[in-house]
Amino acid sequence: MFLTVRDLTMRFGGITALADVSFDVDEGRITGLIGPNGAGKTTCFNCITRFYQPTSGAIAFKGENLLDCPPFRITSRRIARTFQNLELFGTMTVLEHVLVGAHARFGRELDERTATSNALEILEYLGLAGEAHKPVRSLSFGARKMVELGRALAAKPELLLLDEPAAGLGHEEVERLGETIGRIRRDFATTILMVEHHMALVMGISDRIVVLDSGRKLAEGEPSAIRGNRAVIDAYLGTS
Amino acid sequence: MRLALVACGLLVALLPWVIPPFVTFQLTYVAAYAIAILGLVILIGYSGQISLGHGAFMAIGGYTAAILLAGAGIGYWVSIPLAALLAGIVGIGLGFVALRLAGVYLALATLALAASVPPLLKRFKALTGGVQGLSLPSPHAPGPLQPFVSSETWFYYLTWALAAVAFALAWFVLRGRVGRSLRALRDSEIAAVAFGVNPVFYKTLAFGWSAAYAGIAGAIIAIVTAYASPDVYSVALSLELLIGVVIGGLHSFLGAILGGIVVEFLPLWAQKINPAVESVVYGVALILVVIFAPGGLAGGLSRLARALRIQATPRSRPASTIEAISEKSA
Ligand SMILES: Nc1ncnc2c1ncn2[C@@H]1O[C@H](COP(=O)(O)OP(=O)(O)OP(=O)(O)O)[C@@H](O)[C@H]1O
Ligand SMILES: [Mg+2]
Repeated sequence: MFLTVRDLTMRFGGITALADVSFDVDEGRITGLIGPNGAGKTTCFNCITRFYQPTSGAIAFKGENLLDCPPFRITSRRIARTFQNLELFGTMTVLEHVLVGAHARFGRELDERTATSNALEILEYLGLAGEAHKPVRSLSFGARKMVELGRALAAKPELLLLDEPAAGLGHEEVERLGETIGRIRRDFATTILMVEHHMALVMGISDRIVVLDSGRKLAEGEPSAIRGNRAVIDAYLGTS
Repeated sequence: MRLALVACGLLVALLPWVIPPFVTFQLTYVAAYAIAILGLVILIGYSGQISLGHGAFMAIGGYTAAILLAGAGIGYWVSIPLAALLAGIVGIGLGFVALRLAGVYLALATLALAASVPPLLKRFKALTGGVQGLSLPSPHAPGPLQPFVSSETWFYYLTWALAAVAFALAWFVLRGRVGRSLRALRDSEIAAVAFGVNPVFYKTLAFGWSAAYAGIAGAIIAIVTAYASPDVYSVALSLELLIGVVIGGLHSFLGAILGGIVVEFLPLWAQKINPAVESVVYGVALILVVIFAPGGLAGGLSRLARALRIQATPRSRPASTIEAISEKSA
């Protein structure tokens, strides 16, 4: 099994953000993680990337326990993420962001020179070649989201976690994003777990979907099955 | 850029032959302060941690050098590195404390450190000479050079050479992954950690490194004045360093040198303006810089240079302050 989440529970004081959530992510697939606001999707990402220590439960990646891994070692395990609310480095250029993404690969795999040429290739791939030396704060919102993606790709992730990549993007940008994510899965041979509220996007490109609601898993299955699932329609799709 | 560096090097090399010995002495101080302030550029500018107590590390460096030189007769070739090492180790220790303290609490803790140093020095008389302090042999040029080079000039050269090494090392280390990691932690610790930057390692590294530089500066000042006393390393010294780095420019190497000039000469200028209100002049200078040149004098200069360049070539690429550093180094 690639990524397995078992009986994951996360409590903050009186709030139970996740309650006994279990699901698997298959290698090479795109898995969508959906659910209403406050369902626990980002909390789930934060548990996987070790920013939160779950109250109970288990997370394993490629058969190895992930919960004994400190947060700064997660990229060495080949897991990279983007953030729902952009977490960019305010004083850095676009290129520097991508170089930070490759931080954990320095030494054995990369030096400054190869890392820079790799980073420029990634920027080219994402259509950001012209912005490489611009400070990130001079970029549009959509371009900033692409920088987040580029930074994550520089880590050469086997598992890529995308937290609402389409949020705040215009119609055309979302369409292009869908294509880009599909291309990334193929060209970077990576598995993707994606949180998204944009139903057309998530239903369109996911192989499998996990639905959370108020910290519980509501349903899991192929997009077509999820679209017709009564409980999911009542809790989420119907209202959105 | 290379040309500018060579020009500066020549200027530094030739100055002692045309200026009075006392000014040579003052410029030695400038170099020492510049090393300490470069430490603050690394700590505050790059890693985003505050210290109001770097005078304490200068004290550690100064007394280490004084005790080794005066007490044990160990030469400054060995004393200065040991001063750096000891200050660096204490700095790493403080770095671990700093991991648990943010913002204003860290400022207070480092201020407390600075305030506790003079009393401690007075207390442990046997080692530190108490209130009187320690006298040490004044530095002479090596035998064959003595007829040509005065001891001021000799130590001027030595100090500027040390500064050159300190700056070159910082440039070399900070231009790549280490500098990026420090800035990443400062700008968004969450994202930096998510991409593998070990926050404990880099933050304590910044503290230890900057403390070591302060230690070198402290040692130089003890050696050049042939004297170490508790009052040299007062809280005021820590605050002057901080004012120096803010006025010089928090994010640039040039700012560290300008900061050194400020720390050495601003009190003298202030006294000339009006001896009664020296600290007011300090305060006004600080406020003017914070309002009109947020990047310090160095930031102001690089903006000016960019403006001139843009006028000359209408389509130059935009540069941030940080980029300005790497441009300068390119
Ligand atoms: N650090 C925290 N401290 C306290 N409560 C938290 C914390 N992080 C998340 N929560 C709570 O956990 C619940 C789930 O939040 P989470 O951010 O995971 O939702 P989400 O599914 O990502 O929602 P959205 O679609 O709005 O992003 C919410 O009630 C939230 O307030
Ligand atoms: Mg969320």
